[in-house]
Amino acid sequence: MTSPTVPRNSITGETRYAGTGTLGPGRGGRFGEKSLFLVPALFVLSAVTIYPILYVLWLSLHRRLLIFDISKFVSFQNYGFLLADERYWNALRNTVYFTGVSVALELVLGMSIALLLNGAFRGKGLMRSIILVPWAIPTVVSAKMWEWLYNPDFGLLNYLLGVKINWLGSPFWALNAAVFMDVWKTTPFVAILLTAGLQNIPQELYHAARVDGASGWQAFHRVTLPLLKPVILVVLIFRTLDAFRVFDAIYVLTGGGPANSTETLSIYAYKVLFQTLQFGYGSTIALTVFLFVGVITVFYVRLLRRGME
Amino acid sequence: MRRSAPTRRSAPKKLGFYLLLILAAAYCLGPFLWQAVTSVKPSTELTSLPPILPTNATGTHYVSVFEGHPFLRIIANSFVVASCTTVLSLLVGSLAAFALAKLGIRRKGLILAFILSASMFPPIATVSPLYIIIRALGLRDTLAALVMTYTTFSLPLTIWVLTNFFRNIPDELYLASSVDGCTPFQSFYKVILPLSAPGLFATAILVFIFSWNEFLFALTFTSTVASRTIPVGIALFPGLHEIPWGEIAAASVVVTIPLVALVFVFQKRIVEGLTAGAVKG
Repeated sequence: MTSPTVPRNSITGETRYAGTGTLGPGRGGRFGEKSLFLVPALFVLSAVTIYPILYVLWLSLHRRLLIFDISKFVSFQNYGFLLADERYWNALRNTVYFTGVSVALELVLGMSIALLLNGAFRGKGLMRSIILVPWAIPTVVSAKMWEWLYNPDFGLLNYLLGVKINWLGSPFWALNAAVFMDVWKTTPFVAILLTAGLQNIPQELYHAARVDGASGWQAFHRVTLPLLKPVILVVLIFRTLDAFRVFDAIYVLTGGGPANSTETLSIYAYKVLFQTLQFGYGSTIALTVFLFVGVITVFYVRLLRRGME
Repeated sequence: MRRSAPTRRSAPKKLGFYLLLILAAAYCLGPFLWQAVTSVKPSTELTSLPPILPTNATGTHYVSVFEGHPFLRIIANSFVVASCTTVLSLLVGSLAAFALAKLGIRRKGLILAFILSASMFPPIATVSPLYIIIRALGLRDTLAALVMTYTTFSLPLTIWVLTNFFRNIPDELYLASSVDGCTPFQSFYKVILPLSAPGLFATAILVFIFSWNEFLFALTFTSTVASRTIPVGIALFPGLHEIPWGEIAAASVVVTIPLVALVFVFQKRIVEGLTAGAVKG
């Protein structure tokens, strides 16, 4: 993580200095009084982050079976097992595919909706509410909705498309079906953030581009995209991390099946942890999710920093 | 490609624009509307298409959702968990946000970075230790376990959004109160809090929706209806022989209506909160 010392609202593009120099250190009471405000928050946050992650690391070095009360130190044995575990690599491939395809589609669709909503028109507020509906619906509920839409015999989707595809029953379609559902659910978030970003691009730039004879596409390519880059990156960070951690949607939609074709890392880790109750090996898988997420974060933050310089 | 200026558009262009809007709206609302249609279809019509719309709508699925299952209890659980989480999270989060926005805290960047990185934590990586802790505390299958977990997981968002809102309050107001002899805590709840009511409200909605929808921890920590929340209730919806699509649809509509209402009434606040929180990464 970077240290955002000068917090910059990348949506509004403002740099906010207000509030930085109000009460310098040394003013405003006895030493330590100010930190009292922070202590509760920092304490609970450490309790659910630093402590658990160290605990997971510790667990991953053990063979721990909760039901039999077995706990044995096995050093890196779990990691060795992981490397040879074909099911783990399958889950990793599924996760990467799911993340890559859904984030790309969300970005394109979200951008289209954002551009559509960018102008002034009647009913804009209503339209924004409508777009927020998928975002607000619980993931579990939307997974159930889509399971019904995907139903091979009585599903609306097959009826409208005039096909007979067993969406959730075929290994090829199931993962893509999960992607479509995720795209539907999260495109609103992308669209709302991009709309906010678009509103901060000065209109003069478009006028100038038009005077210079730029086409609509050129204006988008040369004006909109470069100025929107920080917002796009922020959206990408959020969506990539969320998609990489995907659990609810797939757990309810397919449970990882058929034949593990939709099993992602989180699903696999969950099954090992809570269905077979192998806390040691399950923690090993979970820890790799944490490491991947960390690497993705560092990668994006680097990009973001470079973009701002 | 549409540029954003609300300039005069020609009639066909305008028509095309509204067609696209309708398309986008249908895409967003379609699955939910289909669920609503399904929920009022008689069971016999569920297994045939066409007709798309029910020939005679029925409310039986709604009745059996409430009669056959402890559905009311589940809704009440979710409501208690989401409300308590919202209150606690705002309480703890607003104090921290105030310190970060208005009190010249040292190493502010580092603290913010820590708070933000906490929001990156994959839940799956923390669920097993938290489960062991909660079991050790004897809190398994209680609402308290969920409130504790949700509060901490919504803190990064809360702190970040509120820090942004608090920063927008002019420093003069805060300084004036401290000149008048207010302690930092007094100026916090006498000056800052009342002035940032919209920000608090926006944050509250986001935290409420997050807690209302959370699934992984709810699934792991609860085992009976005593602490089951809506997402778990829907995911584990009992069916005797076949999946009761009509009842699932009715249950989905019931638990989604409050959220849809929130979205339609508070659309502006939600967008504000989302965009203010978007820098949390």
